[in-house]
Amino acid sequence: MPINYYIFLALALFCIGVAGVLTRRNAIIIFMCIELMLNAVNLLLVAFSKMHYAAAVANAPGTIVGTDAQLFVFFIMVVAAAEVSVGLAIIVMMYRNTHSIDINFLNRLKH
Amino acid sequence: MNVIVLSAVWGVVMMFSGLFIADKSKAKYVAIAGLLVLLVANYFDLHHKFLFASSIGNMLQFESFGMIFVTIALLSTLLYVLLSGAAVEKVGNHAYEYFALLFFVLCGVGIAASYNNLLMLFLGIEIMSIPLYILTGADKRNLKSNEASLKYFLMGSFSTGIMLLGIVLLYGATGTFNLVIPAVSKASENMMVSAGIVLLAIALAFKVSAAPFHFWTPDVYDGAPTVFTSFMATVVKVAGFIAFVRLFENAFGGMTDVWQYTIALIIAATLIAGNITAVFQQSVKRMLAYSSISQAGFMLFAVYSVNAFAKEGILLYAAAYCLATIGIFAVLIKMKDFTFEGFNGLAKQQPLLALLVSIFVLSLAGIPLTAGFLSKYYMVLASIKAGGLLWLIITAMLCAAVSVYYYFRLIQAMYFKEGDANAIDVNPRFKALLVVAAVLIILLGVYPNALLLDWFHIL
Repeated sequence: MPINYYIFLALALFCIGVAGVLTRRNAIIIFMCIELMLNAVNLLLVAFSKMHYAAAVANAPGTIVGTDAQLFVFFIMVVAAAEVSVGLAIIVMMYRNTHSIDINFLNRLKH
Repeated sequence: MNVIVLSAVWGVVMMFSGLFIADKSKAKYVAIAGLLVLLVANYFDLHHKFLFASSIGNMLQFESFGMIFVTIALLSTLLYVLLSGAAVEKVGNHAYEYFALLFFVLCGVGIAASYNNLLMLFLGIEIMSIPLYILTGADKRNLKSNEASLKYFLMGSFSTGIMLLGIVLLYGATGTFNLVIPAVSKASENMMVSAGIVLLAIALAFKVSAAPFHFWTPDVYDGAPTVFTSFMATVVKVAGFIAFVRLFENAFGGMTDVWQYTIALIIAATLIAGNITAVFQQSVKRMLAYSSISQAGFMLFAVYSVNAFAKEGILLYAAAYCLATIGIFAVLIKMKDFTFEGFNGLAKQQPLLALLVSIFVLSLAGIPLTAGFLSKYYMVLASIKAGGLLWLIITAMLCAAVSVYYYFRLIQAMYFKEGDANAIDVNPRFKALLVVAAVLIILLGVYPNALLLDWFHIL
C-alpha cells in the first residue's frame, strides 16, 4: 500500500485529536484527545519506519534503517504513561475540590 | 553527562532522605548539598571528563555553549534554594519530594542543553515539564493552584503532541532523527521538512510562552505557589530557549528562508502582547508573568539570528534574567500583599531590600550599567548582524521603552508612596545573598567579558 494512505490516516487522527482538544469541555475527554494525537504520531512513525526500511533493504539486505523510529515509539509510550499518571492525579485533585471536571470551572484566574 | 546522571540520582536521594529524616526543615540542606555535587560534576563536564563511561551513540553532544548554560542554571538554582528554600518547605507536607522534583527538572535541563538528536530533545523537554505540572499543583487545597496545574498540564501535553508531529514529519522526509538534516530533493519531502520546522517552532513557542501561544502563562504563573513560579519563570524558561536556539542553529541554520520571517512575526507579537498587557496589571506576581513573556520576546532574537553573537547574548541574558527574577520573587514571597499597593513605602521599612529590588527591576528594564542592558544590547546586535528587519528592531526598542513604565511603577510604589509595607522574617543572611545577586548583576553589566570571553572562548 502506498505511504500516502498512512499519512492521511495519521493526519486525520491527529486533526480529530486537535479538534477535540479545542472544542470539548470535559477534562477527561480533552485528555483522551491528546492521547489520540500522540497515538496518531506513533502510527505515522511506524509507517515511516517501514517506508525507509523498504527503501534501504533493496540496496543493502540486513539493514537496520528505520529501527530508530520504532524505538522512538516506545519512548513516546513511556512518556505518555508518565503524563497520564500525573494528569489523572491532577484531574482527581481538582474533582475533590470542585466536584466537577468541566474545564469551564477554570476561570478563577481570569481578572 | 555527569550532571544528567547525578541530578536524576540526587532526585532519588532526596526522596529517600524524606523517608529517613523526619525533620522537614532539613530538606533544603540536602538539596544544597546536591546542587554543590552537581556543580562539581558540571565542572568535570566542562572539561570533558566524564565520570560515567557510557556509550551515548552521539545522541548527546557536550559543547561549551550548553555546558556553560547548565552552570548558569545550577548557580541560579543554588541561589534560588538558598533564598527561597524555606518557602518551598512551607508549601505543603512533602518538602523532600518538592526538592526531588526540582532535581528531576534539572536533569531535563541538562538533556535540553546537550541533545544532539530529536529523541533527546523530546525527552529533555518532557522531563523538564512533567515535574513542573506536579509542582504547579503542589498546593492541593488551593483551587487556583489546581486550576493552574490542570491548565499547564493540558497546554503542555497538547504542545508535546504538536512537537512530536513536527519531529515525525522531519523523520519522514529525511530518514534520520539527527540534528544535521540531510538535503532533500523531492518537492513533497521539502514540504514535509518545512511543515516539520513550523510545527517544532510552534511547540517550542508554547513551551517558552511566546505569543500567540502565551495564554496559559499568566494564569499558570499566577496560580502556582509563588516559590515554584520563581523557578518556572527563570531556569526552566531559559532552558527552553537554549533548546530552541540549539535546534534552530544546528538543525535548521541552513534553511533560514523557511522560518526566519515567521520567527520575526512571533517576536513582534510576543513583545507587543507581553508589554502592553503588563502595563494594566495590578498584581506584581502577574506583572512578572507578563514581563517574563516580554523578556521571552527579546530572548527569541537569539533564535531569529543564529550566529555567535546570539549564542553569547543568550548566555548573558540567561544569567541576567535568572538573577534579577529570582531576586524579585524572593522578596515577593516575603510580602503579605502581592499587589503594587503591597509595596507602598517599603523603602522606609526596609531601605536595603527596596534598593536591591530597584537594582533587579532596573536590570529587567534594561537600564545601562546592569547586565539586563547589555544582554538586550547583545540580542539586538545579533539580529542586526544577521541582517535583521528594521521594523522588528524598532518594535523591540519601543517595547523596551514601554516596559520601563511598569517596572518603574514598582520603584515608585516603594519610594514615593505612603504605606506600611513590610517584608516578613527577613534575616541578614537573606539580605546578604540578595546583595551578592545584585553585585553580580552590576558586575556582569560593566564587565560582561568575565562570563563571555574568559569563559566561553577559553573552554
